Amino acid sequence: MKHTLSVLVENKPGALMRITSMFARRGFNIESLAVGPTERHDVSRITLRVDCEHHSLEQIEKQMHKLVNVLRVQELAPGESVERELALLKVAAPASKRTELMALAEVFGARVADLGPDSIVFELVGSPEEIDSFEELVRPHGLQELGRTGRLGLARATRSQRPRSSQQVMV
Amino acid sequence: MKMNGADAILRCLEAEGVDVMFGLPGGAILPLYDAMARGTTVRHVLARHEQGAGHMAQGYARASGKVGVAVATSGPGATNLVTPIADAWMDSTPLVCITGQVRSFLIGTDAFQECDITGITIPIVKHSWLVQDVGELPQIMKAAFHIARTGRCGPVLVDVPRDVQEAELDFSYPDSISLPGWKPPRRGHSRQIAAAAQAVAAAERPILYVGGGALNAHATDELLALAESARLPVVTTLMAKSAFPESHELHVGWPGMHGPKWSNWALNKADLIIAVGARFDDRVTGKVSAFAPGATVVHLDIDAAEISKIRHADIPVVGPLKPVLAELTKVIEVTEGRTEPWLHQIAEWREQFPLRYREEGELLKPQKVIEALQELTAARGDLIWTTGVGQHQMWAMQYIECNEPRTFITSGGLGTMGYGIPAAVGAKAARPDATVVCIDGDGCFQMTQQELATAVLEELPIIVVIVNNGYLGMVRQWQDMFFDERFSQIHLTQTLPDYAALARAYGGLGFTVENEEELYASLREALASGRTCVIDARVDPREHCFPMIPAGAAALDLVEFPAESEVPTL
Repeated sequence: MKHTLSVLVENKPGALMRITSMFARRGFNIESLAVGPTERHDVSRITLRVDCEHHSLEQIEKQMHKLVNVLRVQELAPGESVERELALLKVAAPASKRTELMALAEVFGARVADLGPDSIVFELVGSPEEIDSFEELVRPHGLQELGRTGRLGLARATRSQRPRSSQQVMV
Repeated sequence: MKMNGADAILRCLEAEGVDVMFGLPGGAILPLYDAMARGTTVRHVLARHEQGAGHMAQGYARASGKVGVAVATSGPGATNLVTPIADAWMDSTPLVCITGQVRSFLIGTDAFQECDITGITIPIVKHSWLVQDVGELPQIMKAAFHIARTGRCGPVLVDVPRDVQEAELDFSYPDSISLPGWKPPRRGHSRQIAAAAQAVAAAERPILYVGGGALNAHATDELLALAESARLPVVTTLMAKSAFPESHELHVGWPGMHGPKWSNWALNKADLIIAVGARFDDRVTGKVSAFAPGATVVHLDIDAAEISKIRHADIPVVGPLKPVLAELTKVIEVTEGRTEPWLHQIAEWREQFPLRYREEGELLKPQKVIEALQELTAARGDLIWTTGVGQHQMWAMQYIECNEPRTFITSGGLGTMGYGIPAAVGAKAARPDATVVCIDGDGCFQMTQQELATAVLEELPIIVVIVNNGYLGMVRQWQDMFFDERFSQIHLTQTLPDYAALARAYGGLGFTVENEEELYASLREALASGRTCVIDARVDPREHCFPMIPAGAAALDLVEFPAESEVPTL
């Protein structure tokens, strides 16, 4: 089963490496990973997507908690979080196909980031599933290059702020 | 107070109450050694190899209960510390390693003796720092000691570029530091402890399964109180040997691959296992799915990640063992006599399945060497034992009796051959009053023998008893039992080197013994000498270590003793 983890870490050298090294060493696979700043200059947020059983997820959370730079580990449960991803897609676009591609882009709310004589670079922000769909639809037109950021997530504004951390699970 | 970074490191060590450090100088750590020459209250023990320095720091930590300190230079000096760091990580030994690094502006250029030691050690340290600003040194040193000894103990590494050691700072040692991501549990949850107490009170066949965490937590008194008040039998793992007095009627041996049958049966036939700072290691459980099939598990540990990692814990209690055990003892409602039938059953098994070996033939038996050591030291009460890794280590577990905490120091999790000699030197530095004996194998001895020079010159005398069978004995045992006697690359020979002559070359006393008479005579002389001694006990190389749980087998299917027809051949 797939899980999204949101991890707050101290913005210190090596913090990301300590986390990824722990995953590698304990035999857990990371499907996607996004890192960036938060509202606090000394804290970064890492959003991780992992595919594992519940038992392994618990181990992952606990092992991450033991890392000195890790401040908080929270699972973003589906339905209780907002998850977004940014994708850039370069699609072959001869003049004859442009109208069709533009129409497709409009349905998904994708922006044209760059336009060349033979291709278009689309920029799409959406849920990872939306990006999957858009990717699938443009692929037959000739998807030349694709880059995705990996998902970012936050708990929903409507949800209480209490994090589901292993320290609170394990009494 | 103005000083340079190197002096500041020493002032930090002094402020932390460090009395001994172990190390070996080199280019990138020169400023720190220069600062030592200017003066410090911390004794420096000069090892002959950085691996030796690291294991000495481990031996010191395990014998004293304090944080061990090892110092090395950059590059190869630092990489030589990797084995002790990995060992300390597996066995949760508190260790602060200080390494020199090339000057800051050279980092990343493949400079002479440069290596990314913080990168190399990431999977085997609790935390590490590459010090980039001399002003941060006091906070980092404070954090290093704090992290090494709080929560689950373990190694940390501080890598200090040479220019940072030479840079000036206005030194003051901080009283406190902020570590927002480091919050080890301070107490166990009362409701969980109450649930554990109920489980203990209700159990017919409870057992305390004690690991090294009990020693790290300084919780041996509380452990004894719990066992005695609730009349609970106790098994102690390799890491916990000496955490509970082995002569105590409630001590029922040690579980695992070469543990006695009665101990393994007691643990595996229990209806309640109370794990105390133990981690259900594969060498203890055997086949996990068949381990203690009828037992409910109470797991007491400071490390939440150990809970249900291997075996599901029905009642976990995460917290420091000292207060957790004390509270548990207080709240258990003991029914008098409840565990007596169970204790009686275990005693019966003990009588039925004693440890034994064949005492036939001309050759000295390895088990006899350990028995003789036990016999001659039983009345002394000043012994600290260290071991290497292999058959001799298992025999030491079987035949040495430890009644005082921190008197048996061995490499458990990593299984580091060569651990014994340097660990003995470190233990002697921690406890100069003790008689420190390293029970070693001939293979192990040859991995770290150079530290005999350290023992002699630093006046830290140790006694090394080599159970010399001329083979990598444990490998031989496995090739014999599981690889159809295809012996491959295990023969070291019993006579080369001449260990007694080697001991004399290092300025110690050397003995070669081939029979019981010589054995007793040389052991007596060594124990009375107060000098560094090596006793080369040439033993029967055919002897295997039994009982044994074959790898991958269930613990209950342990092979107690082979039938006559299965006498191993050479």
